[in-house]
Amino acid sequence: MTKETERPEPKNPVEDFLRMDRIPHIWCSGCGIGVVVSSFTDALRKSSFDLNKLAIVSGIGCTGRVAGYIKLDSFHSTHGRPIPFATGLKLANPELKVVVFSGDGDIFGIGGNHFIHAARRNMDMVVICVNNFNYAMTGGQVAPTSPTDANLSTAPYGNFEHPFSLPYLADACGASYVARWTCLHIRRVTKSIQEALDKKGFSLIEVIAPCVTLYARRNRLGDGLNLLKYYYDNSVIQHGADTRTLDIGYQGKMIVGKFIDRERPTFLESMNTHMKKALGDKYVPYGEQP
Amino acid sequence: MKKVMMGNHALSYGAMLSRAQVIAAYPITPQTQVVELLSEMCADKTLNAKFIKVESEHSAMAACIGASITGARTFTATSAQGLALMHELLHWASGGRLPVVMGNINRSMAPGWSIWTDQNDSLSERDTGWMQFYCASNQEVLDTVIQAFKVSETLAIPSMVILDAFTLSHTYEVVDIPDKAKVDEYLPPFKPPYRLTPDDPHAFNGLTSPEHYFELRYKLQKDMEKVPALIEETGREYEKLFGRYLGLVDDYLCDDAEIILVTSGTAGYTARVAVDELRGSGVKAGNLRMKVFRPFPFEVVQRILKRAKKVAVVDRNISYGHHGIFAQEVKSALYGQAGDIPVFGFIAGLGGRDITPASFREVVDYTLSHDIPEDNILWIGVKK
Ligand SMILES: Cc1ncc(C[n+]2csc(CCOP(=O)(O)OP(=O)(O)O)c2C)c(N)n1
Ligand code: SF4
Ligand SMILES: [Mg+2]
Repeated sequence: MTKETERPEPKNPVEDFLRMDRIPHIWCSGCGIGVVVSSFTDALRKSSFDLNKLAIVSGIGCTGRVAGYIKLDSFHSTHGRPIPFATGLKLANPELKVVVFSGDGDIFGIGGNHFIHAARRNMDMVVICVNNFNYAMTGGQVAPTSPTDANLSTAPYGNFEHPFSLPYLADACGASYVARWTCLHIRRVTKSIQEALDKKGFSLIEVIAPCVTLYARRNRLGDGLNLLKYYYDNSVIQHGADTRTLDIGYQGKMIVGKFIDRERPTFLESMNTHMKKALGDKYVPYGEQP
Repeated sequence: MKKVMMGNHALSYGAMLSRAQVIAAYPITPQTQVVELLSEMCADKTLNAKFIKVESEHSAMAACIGASITGARTFTATSAQGLALMHELLHWASGGRLPVVMGNINRSMAPGWSIWTDQNDSLSERDTGWMQFYCASNQEVLDTVIQAFKVSETLAIPSMVILDAFTLSHTYEVVDIPDKAKVDEYLPPFKPPYRLTPDDPHAFNGLTSPEHYFELRYKLQKDMEKVPALIEETGREYEKLFGRYLGLVDDYLCDDAEIILVTSGTAGYTARVAVDELRGSGVKAGNLRMKVFRPFPFEVVQRILKRAKKVAVVDRNISYGHHGIFAQEVKSALYGQAGDIPVFGFIAGLGGRDITPASFREVVDYTLSHDIPEDNILWIGVKK
């Protein structure tokens, strides 16, 4: 038998950014989380900064698995606490760019308190939140983002609570950069992540993504493709929209876009300015970027 | 009526039959089915209770405390990280003398993340002033929830009903569902002596000076000491109505046993297989499955173990820097008792590694072939 010419193995385009020993991942086929990961890695590829100075922190959940799959300095924290972990990272090592990548339940349910304070302080970090309208990993329970009337495993006759509008909350708390997309808007997600990585202060990028196995199945919304079709038909790009108008009703219209992009002193800047004023030359500024 | 159900649903049925009035819970694997079924029961009015979908376990226990203080019967369920997050409020429930009943599914603590069973989550809470019941069958889970409400409300002490992750929480067994009217007869409505109501205003849980604090704790301990007798009494009462006795321990062939295996949780039933094998080969073995761990049932444990020549405790937990926790407590219970019975402390099955009949064979082989243990901890199945 003649020896076949060796062909190079086909390579996944984001492979360089993944811990391939952890693949296959746990996500269901049709799940939207992987799409957001691709956008993230694409944003990293297009950015010029030193990847050795980037750290990624996740909480717990299906989305929380991201920190485990990405081949960067990564930190898989406890449920709800990626923001305080990230705050510690950033303040102890201000050279780092810190990205929090986690789910809606993690960041806005059990960890909601940390979100509002990090945004209020304008802590220098990028928060990427995959919003699939439920606590997916534990079986599709009501989360603070679940639309009113949607069916969930702890709301078998439909949800009667009113969900958070994430951009409105982030705006009210003082975030420097706020955008919302669906995972159909791949290139726009990528661009927002790039912008946020270049931005000083606190950024939130909400990405609405299908949870096909729980949320979609319980509500009989079809598979991943059906959901992308829903996003296509129902998302309206409206940059700079008033964040008070961004509520999402069950299977309703979704306003997406970049809503906030403003300058506010970051936590470290405020600290340095204030302490310099108070102590004068005795004060040695901390962690200032050149 | 008999029904095939998972251990988690046995908790839900227990809470439903007890007519819990307020349920507050946050999801965590492997507890989720407990509260999903309860939320369904609340929605379709099988259970006339308010179900609060809180945003964390800390809030779940806080909501239970708030509801309980107004005189409502309250229930929640959690596991591992969730239980740890409740820690502060566990002290609040017991210190506030509020008879909240909680299901806890024994899951190993992170990190490394694990969803599989061991007992370090609940045993880390042993000094919070909660009663702890370790169950080994779905029937026992359901029955114990009802009994726990009765004991808790009589003495104003909260209870934790505990079951192993997956080996019980997700295992389906035939469960006899007690008749609701008879449960009502067994468990009358909750009528606390004090409650928060505008009709009779009181202030609760204020600053307590050294003048009074000590006595509050003394009273909690004194009431804890009443629990064993009350469990036996309410267990017999339960037996009269439903044909099943609910005691402090489950002793299997211990009467004439020379070697007694002390276990808890589902491993207790696995131990029986080893005991039967030993009996078959002429060794007088027995199994003492500890059901109630807090308060520690000193008297019954002493009475049973004193008759043995050797005691082998199998712990699915560890107190780092000390021993297995049940082993510690059994040793302390036997201290000063007549005779010096060697207590062998084994640790097995951490992080959900299986405890099989073969594990017990190893335990027994070691115990039979040694006069005294060579070490404080004897490890079963660890890759050293
Ligand atoms: C203290 C604590 N409570 C509960 C859990 C269980 N838990 C793990 S993931 C999760 C929900 C995650 O939801 P979300 O953040 O929206 O992520 P998704 O799975 O939807 O991507 C929960 C409740 C936990 N790990 N720790
Ligand atoms: S359960 Fe939902 S969110 Fe989790 S991996 Fe599957 S589709 Fe994605
Ligand atoms: Mg989610």
